[in-house]
Amino acid sequence: MSVQADNQTTDNPKIIGKLLIVVVAMFGFGFALVPLYDVFCDITGLNGKTGDKVSFETAPIVDESRLIKVTFLASLNESMPWEFKPQQSFIEVHPGEPTTISYIARNISNKSIVGNAVPSVSPGLAAAYFQKTECFCFTQQELKAGEEKIMPVTFIVDSELSDDINEIALSYTFFTSKQNNEDLADNTLTAKSINTFK
Amino acid sequence: MRAVTRPLGLVCLLLASSPALAEYRLNLEPGVTVTSQNAYDIHQIVMWICVVIGIVVYGVMTYSILTHTKAKGHKPATFDDNLTIEILWTVIPILILIGMAIPATSALLDMEDVSDSDMSIKVTGYQWKWHYDYVGEDVSFFSNLSTPMEQIKNQEAKGENYLLEVDNKIVVPTGKKVRFLFTSSDVIHAWWVPAFGVKKDAIPGFINESWARVDEPGIYRGQCAELCGANHGFMPIVVEAKSEEDYLAWLNEKKSAQAAAAESGNKTWTMDELMAHGEAAYNTSCAACHQVGGEGLPNVFPGLIGSAIVTGDVAKHIDVVINGVAGTGMQAFGPQLNDADLAAIITYERNAWGNNSGDMVQPSDVKAAR
Amino acid sequence: MNAVVEEHHDHDHKPTGIGRWLFSTNHKDIGSMYLWFAFTMFFIGGALALLIRAELFQPGMQIVEPEFFNQLTTLHGLIMVFGVIMPAFVGLANWQLPMMIGAPDMALPRMNNWSFWLLPGAFGMLLASLVMSIMGLGSAPNFGWTFYAPLSTTYGPDSTDYFIFSVHLMGISSVMGAINVIATIMNLRAPGMTYMKMPIFVWTWFITAYLLIAVMPVLAGVVTMMLTDRNFGTSFFDAAGGGDPVMFQHVFWFFGHPEVYIMILPAFGIVSSIVPTFSRKPLFGYSSMVYATASIAFLSFIVWAHHMFTVGMPVAGELFFMYSTMLIAIPTGVKVFNWISTMWRGALTFETPMLFAIAFIFLFTMGGFTGLMLCIAPADFQYHDTYFVVAHFHYVLVTGAAFSIMAAVYFWLPKWTGNMYDEKLGKLHFWLTTISANVLFFPMHFVGLAGMPRRIPDYALQFAEFNQIASVGAFVFGFSQLIFLYVVIKCVRGGEKATDKVWEGAQGLEFDLPSPAPFHSYTTPPEVK
Repeated sequence: MSVQADNQTTDNPKIIGKLLIVVVAMFGFGFALVPLYDVFCDITGLNGKTGDKVSFETAPIVDESRLIKVTFLASLNESMPWEFKPQQSFIEVHPGEPTTISYIARNISNKSIVGNAVPSVSPGLAAAYFQKTECFCFTQQELKAGEEKIMPVTFIVDSELSDDINEIALSYTFFTSKQNNEDLADNTLTAKSINTFK
Repeated sequence: MRAVTRPLGLVCLLLASSPALAEYRLNLEPGVTVTSQNAYDIHQIVMWICVVIGIVVYGVMTYSILTHTKAKGHKPATFDDNLTIEILWTVIPILILIGMAIPATSALLDMEDVSDSDMSIKVTGYQWKWHYDYVGEDVSFFSNLSTPMEQIKNQEAKGENYLLEVDNKIVVPTGKKVRFLFTSSDVIHAWWVPAFGVKKDAIPGFINESWARVDEPGIYRGQCAELCGANHGFMPIVVEAKSEEDYLAWLNEKKSAQAAAAESGNKTWTMDELMAHGEAAYNTSCAACHQVGGEGLPNVFPGLIGSAIVTGDVAKHIDVVINGVAGTGMQAFGPQLNDADLAAIITYERNAWGNNSGDMVQPSDVKAAR
Repeated sequence: MNAVVEEHHDHDHKPTGIGRWLFSTNHKDIGSMYLWFAFTMFFIGGALALLIRAELFQPGMQIVEPEFFNQLTTLHGLIMVFGVIMPAFVGLANWQLPMMIGAPDMALPRMNNWSFWLLPGAFGMLLASLVMSIMGLGSAPNFGWTFYAPLSTTYGPDSTDYFIFSVHLMGISSVMGAINVIATIMNLRAPGMTYMKMPIFVWTWFITAYLLIAVMPVLAGVVTMMLTDRNFGTSFFDAAGGGDPVMFQHVFWFFGHPEVYIMILPAFGIVSSIVPTFSRKPLFGYSSMVYATASIAFLSFIVWAHHMFTVGMPVAGELFFMYSTMLIAIPTGVKVFNWISTMWRGALTFETPMLFAIAFIFLFTMGGFTGLMLCIAPADFQYHDTYFVVAHFHYVLVTGAAFSIMAAVYFWLPKWTGNMYDEKLGKLHFWLTTISANVLFFPMHFVGLAGMPRRIPDYALQFAEFNQIASVGAFVFGFSQLIFLYVVIKCVRGGEKATDKVWEGAQGLEFDLPSPAPFHSYTTPPEVK
């Protein structure tokens, strides 16, 4: 029993072909949304992600008329056995003025761990204007068992920052780097002193 | 219309007959901040516009249902188009919507203006508790649900603030613009206090912000508002707003309490002290997954009764608790709890539920293992 | 529109045995299989809902553990969205579209068969994960039907990978079905049936099919990204590797919002078919109904972030999505006004299909009002992730989409089976269902406004009364559907013989066919004037 009656032309293959192209294109579009989203957020700084290392050929002009209060926050992902905190909680800076502050991290476990620091800036609209020339977040950080490290960040707040923003929060979250996975399977530890009560 | 009035009538009947009605609410609360008031006002405006439109539209429809029936001998008209009325009922709703959009826009702009805050509190969501850090004050603590398991399991009568009470509440000064900075240590949570009109997602790796200026002293309660795993419904928020001097007094008290807790890591504890403290700390921090009775949830959260880690090498047990087990739900509790808490919990686990190992772990052991 | 009625086929032979169903290429049989599949899933998803409502009957944990409760809510949502509403609409499309356009079958009958049989496979896997969970072998998906990362990626149980595979299968099924619908409508319309002469149900499915083709692949993309994040070391949604959990939400809702319109546009088409029939008046404003449907479909692509107002979007973004969502109210309102104008000064009778259609107009509009409230961003901060949202979407999906499906079944059952269904039982089913649905869902508005979050297995004491009322409504609602089952089975097996026209005011090519419609119909297309 044929589906098409005699007096109708069959355009099925053409339509199916076109629709399949749409399907594949939309599947690709789903993946394309990933870099598109990144580009959009890069331009607008909307998700609070700061960019990569920035370098200046000439020193930027300092805008003495404005003071921006920058708050420093430190977070750890739940799987990270480190201590992590900023050396100071706030600083007030002029836009265009390079400033260096430090965070301190200590590995309190008994094995070497590699961590990834992920920065985030709030408000999101300030992220594009928060430029880091030096940051521990640019590279993975390895701390040996018990090791403590001072991690500096040098940043400049771009003077183009919108006038109605005068407070910025910079946060870092340390995650265990994925390359730790092979080591983490092996959880050995030597005991120091243990009291037993029998 | 009968489809709506009849069930409404039923509901009202049921309500009228129920004795404990005093507590329920039908509507949003105006709350104690400008933000919550804004939300309430715009909610009222839009709701009443909808009610009026509803009355008109449902009214016309009801009239038609009652009058234009074949049973009443009504002969059907034949019209099927009318450009004028189509244009009217496109344009008029557009105008109504513009009328709503204007106050909504100004309310939103106000609510999202976090500038010029007086102080900051960092809020971190965990599975399943909140962590608060008064930025720059060196006061930070976890806030866990404090409703006893017996109430949840219907073994005891439920308290007035069932599921909305915590062991450590946060305190804010009245009249000051408090900036909240949100993040998470694991999955997405959301911090919500209805009385403040503040709800913001807490996203791992990212920071969000919001603000509140509370003018009325009081205790305000909220809940996590983003599905975050098994105990999403069991991680409430309690904020107390106090006058500025009371707030400062509380802050100082908190600092001394923190110092004392750190000190307790230096003394030697007796078995009884460890077990008592351990049971309480275990129930707060561990029972959510491993259960009060230590049995865990098969194939989801391991049981601790007679388990290899809990009855085996003490050093290994300490390691798992301090450092967590990456790739599983076992968090690293080392950064979260102090030496005394950890030592007590580990001791309790090794001796409770028939484990009876006799092992005692001192805070100094935990400190050495870090 | 006139039609030349085709000659009655002498040999209406059908294949026999299990092969008839396994290898069917007949749109009527495949339509029936989709509908029975959806009906079965309705009872399973409904049973999960009753378990949920039983636990929520009182404060405290009485029946299930919180971890399992999350699995119940997740599976309830997945089953209802992907296993009930969507397959039921596809089943109705299969049955009706060829007859309505005067075609002998769907354009691609074999692909039609594959589209159907993918579904029991997909849901078998999903339900198996639930059974295994009950047996204590690990959690079924427990992250909500919206499966946000990282809860579903880094923290998802092992069954998540099977969930992903399931979603892929369902997606392929939907996409193939949509291609079939488009090819059928574009190519197989009877001569003389221009686009603007097509029945409105055909139009709504035509537009729905385009939406499906556009967004189901995006869903496939997002679950594939989840799969690679979980198993192949990528970091699309993992901040640790430079990814962004919020991006998951953007991509998901880019699919998710058009998805909810996919679940309602065919409903609009059904109501637009039933109301004129029982008003004995033509549909008011046919062209504006078509344009309104198309505008809703276009607009559905630019509103997605209204599901994400608390995620930390900048104000400009929040404003944009608020305005674009408000815009959708316009064409939707136009449709409601057009239905009422169709009824106005008609000669109304209130058989069961019309009762469900009228209830749809009342109650879907109620869901539309709460939808308008939800899109107002400053207020949404208090509504988001509360029972106010749960109330909204259950009004539009249950008293909206599900009611339209019930209406359609009552409306077309006599055409499919040749028998009239039991009108008294149908009306009983209608009243019980409508009243209990309101008892179930209306109180959810109150507890949501009062501050009860969603997806929680236990709640504070001030929410107790309304939760109790809702749970009572749920049980009445659930058991009332057994009446529906009985009515359908009884009608299939016999009843008062239906005429070809079935309903006095019926219009459309399907009503020129005999009742029951022959196994092969319109093998010669009719002339449409």
